[in-house]
Amino acid sequence: MATILEESGFNPDADLKVVGTNPVKHDGLDKVLGRAKFGADAYLPGMLYGKILRSPHAHAIIKSIDTSKAEALPGVKAVITSADFPEIPQGTGWGDMSRNTIAREKALFDGHPVAAVAATSEQVAKRACKLVEVEYEVLPHVIDVEDAMAEGAPILHDYMRTKGDENALDVPTNVCEKMVSKLGDVAVGFEAADCVVEHEFDSKPMHQGYIEPQGCIADYSEDGLVEVWTCTQAPFVYRDRLSAVLKIDAAKINVQQSELGGGFGGKTGFYAEPLAIILSKKASAPVKMTLTRAEVFRGTGPVSGTKSRIKMGCTKDGKITAAEADLYFQTGPYTGSMYFNAPNAMFTRYELENVYIEAYEVVSNRPKVNSFRAPCVPQIVFGVEGIIDEMAKKVGMDPIDFRLKNAAKEGHTTIYGDTWGPVGFIETLEAAKETDHYKTPVKDGEGRGISCGFWFNRGGETSSTMTLAPDGTVTIATGTADVAGSRISIAMMAAEELGISVDKVRVRMADTNSLGFNRVTAGSRTTFSVGMVVVDNARKCITELCRRAANIWGVAEEEVVYEDGQVKPASSNVGDFEPMSVGEITSKTTMTNGAIVSSSSMNVTGAGPGFGVNIVDLKVDEGTGRVDVLRWTVVQDAGKAIHPVQVEGQLQGAAIQGMGWALNEEYIYTDEGKLDNPGFLDYRMPVASDAPMVDCKIVEIPNPKHPFGLRGVGEVPVVPTMAAVGNAITDAIGIRPTSLPMSPPKLLKLIEERDAG
Amino acid sequence: MDQVRYEAPNSLDAAVGLLSGSDGMAKIFAGGTDVMVQIHSDLIEPDLIVNVKNIPELTGITHSNGSFTVGAATPVVEMQEHKEFCKTWPGVIEGAELIGSVQVKGRSTIVGNLCNASPAADSVPPCIAAGATVRIVGPNGERQAAVEDIVLGPRKTSLEKGEIIVSTTFPARPPHSGDCYLRLTPRTEMDIAIVGAGVNLTLDDAGTCIAARVSLGAVAPRFLLVKECADALIGSKVDDEALAAMAKAASAAADPISDKRGTKEYRIKTAAVMARRAAEKALERAREN
Repeated sequence: MATILEESGFNPDADLKVVGTNPVKHDGLDKVLGRAKFGADAYLPGMLYGKILRSPHAHAIIKSIDTSKAEALPGVKAVITSADFPEIPQGTGWGDMSRNTIAREKALFDGHPVAAVAATSEQVAKRACKLVEVEYEVLPHVIDVEDAMAEGAPILHDYMRTKGDENALDVPTNVCEKMVSKLGDVAVGFEAADCVVEHEFDSKPMHQGYIEPQGCIADYSEDGLVEVWTCTQAPFVYRDRLSAVLKIDAAKINVQQSELGGGFGGKTGFYAEPLAIILSKKASAPVKMTLTRAEVFRGTGPVSGTKSRIKMGCTKDGKITAAEADLYFQTGPYTGSMYFNAPNAMFTRYELENVYIEAYEVVSNRPKVNSFRAPCVPQIVFGVEGIIDEMAKKVGMDPIDFRLKNAAKEGHTTIYGDTWGPVGFIETLEAAKETDHYKTPVKDGEGRGISCGFWFNRGGETSSTMTLAPDGTVTIATGTADVAGSRISIAMMAAEELGISVDKVRVRMADTNSLGFNRVTAGSRTTFSVGMVVVDNARKCITELCRRAANIWGVAEEEVVYEDGQVKPASSNVGDFEPMSVGEITSKTTMTNGAIVSSSSMNVTGAGPGFGVNIVDLKVDEGTGRVDVLRWTVVQDAGKAIHPVQVEGQLQGAAIQGMGWALNEEYIYTDEGKLDNPGFLDYRMPVASDAPMVDCKIVEIPNPKHPFGLRGVGEVPVVPTMAAVGNAITDAIGIRPTSLPMSPPKLLKLIEERDAG
Repeated sequence: MDQVRYEAPNSLDAAVGLLSGSDGMAKIFAGGTDVMVQIHSDLIEPDLIVNVKNIPELTGITHSNGSFTVGAATPVVEMQEHKEFCKTWPGVIEGAELIGSVQVKGRSTIVGNLCNASPAADSVPPCIAAGATVRIVGPNGERQAAVEDIVLGPRKTSLEKGEIIVSTTFPARPPHSGDCYLRLTPRTEMDIAIVGAGVNLTLDDAGTCIAARVSLGAVAPRFLLVKECADALIGSKVDDEALAAMAKAASAAADPISDKRGTKEYRIKTAAVMARRAAEKALERAREN
């Protein structure tokens, strides 16, 4: 029998009863009532409180650490340093991960953990941290990419040589990697261009800004078993990384995820968990650790700040002939920024023949970057879509028509080598043209920006089980995280396949002991991938339900069929049997070989690319440079929206996150390399009153590889945001901002330069 | 911090006694919206916290002969709900309304905002522009002071050990008076002023400005009461020329630093813009009264 990966069973004419409706989220009530248990909400008997001592220096050799005074403080049960962790060689993946958890040879950023304490109260732990004596030798530091690449820059790692650069010298560098991507010949392409636009752009790191700071409890038992409760997007990945970094068998570690108070990519890698485990081991008691907001800003990963130069050319009738870029990404003190997404995605959605991109990843004395929706792409698309906008204006074309003229379609082979099946870029652009927003003329004194974006969408290893209770209700255990309401969508897909009401299905997030490996919840993969395994679970259960019913009736399995949640005789020739519901069959499992359970594990493939368009209207206060965003419309291809309200939530949230990144969010460093704004007051994420209503138009061009046609929706909507704001500002003030964030002082300066001629 | 002594006395004398008798760090607690945040952020470790909300003189708003007296522990929401006060001093309310979120305003006070001594406090410039005074009681008796004389610099006030501000008094308004406070922040709320401008002016029956006070926040270590701005308006019809001169004087008076919230250059430029816009609004209000 073909697997679901080979034959999804997608039927464009299916009469769907559950998918496409908007039932109340099963986990909603607990959240509304404040009952849901997040990372900080677990308590164990005898639990201790852990606190982290962090480096006050951006770059310093750790010469010695004396923990004796801290250990002597009453109430302190354990003090740990890197000496309590297995030493893993520098410059290796696990070595970097271990050192990011707790500094070993050097502290590499302001906020880098250097020691941790477990004590009977948080106050005692805090005081003990102050008693740990660390002798530092402060070194010159470097914060920005350009400075880190300059000659004579302070070097973070003596062992580092640039990977992927054949001309690289055998001398220490801060450039981790170089990647070249190429199609055709850009020289020929620019030769053919009537209009060439080139700009330099830059962006600052942006924090995911999840409302819930990291929180966990670790319990290390005498027999070497480790229980971890934590808020994470990746319980299985945490388990395996903890295993590698702490050298503990994976089977001895059990990670139970809590409810997640936002992640957006920022909870794909651990921070306090290894410290809590080692503290628990040393103290012989469970240890709880929760980060403060300041620790979240100083110690956890934002997205990469960037520098770039982008050049594109087109003919006078609007056909793009060449695209070229140099891209530089901050990664923090260690490699691993996912910068490669940018060259793979920045131009992908346009049919281009000549492309040349050089991308570099660079270390500096900042916290290690982490993932954020469409990692490394939106800040580069800011430049690409800005240039596209400018080219459209120069050749006198409508910005959407210009994009339609160059839009890639089914059969397109991308710069990273994939050839696309059915995609909905053209339909999404056309739907944007038909929105009320686009058809309404821009108001006096306002500016309008258009932008679009692409994201790959992913699959990957996914496991789930489905258990039918004796009354016929269904429990699904998944090992992904519910970062944005996937639980209800998963329940809906199962209910649809089983032909039962969604109220009869509950989804719970299992611990790592209970399921096969699940990749991180990221890459817009979860509803898609879990949907695949859960439909597979349902199909297996249906096969079993048919077998049981046939057994009860004493007929052959082939003589029964499953329809609308019931098993029926395939024809009147089989016999005169009343159809049996799921519950009727499961109530008789004592007689038919026991409970009905199915398990599915697969490396899911077949994710369909996603595309989105943003239309933004705004006003710039020319006296102060302040921007008021007034109207925002998101048009996006979801393949099939399983729960349309949840999809709208993704699109609206992305628009507002992008708006914050575009206008005000940035990391500000002092001359000493300390983060100067580690809190929401001065980090300036948008507040509710900053946000306009975000209207959503969901386009549905199905992905036939999925039983219901869905595509991931979580990341695409961030990709076009900043470019849409940038293009709208350009339209409003007549001059293009190229530096993110487009904050009031920068815009006021542009306005003054414009007025000075 | 090991132990914090917390007291909630019922009389002014008792509060003054506690504060002046304290050896370590003593903090007055009205709304607590700064004190609690500072404790949680490890910025301060007080030894004594004196809650003053039980002291009768410190609560409520009284109105007599055109002047208003607002008790120091009166939360902002009570001012917002006082129709007569709002009608008379819309600019003061505009400043007070910017002290935090709705929840915070249920507890925060304008005197707390003043005594926290941040040069960016939003309720202070409109109070200075209004010519408001505070009544202070301390171990050596009672005194009055102009609001502009309280803050000496960031986190520094002119209050002596044991002194408590009891209330703020706003003088009676002549006819054709109007005030306004505007501030500049990148976000719409929950942000700290990059520039704040409070303007209070009075016109005669012919529309000539006969009195004006202009106060700027966040552009110097102290709140500024800019005489040159007032002089530019007084005697004029508050026309374009006078407003331009006032705006120029605001920029000239600004002496800010560059920090994470804004650059020196940007603050100097926008001080003029915000002062002018505040004056235009105050003028509109004065003409209506």
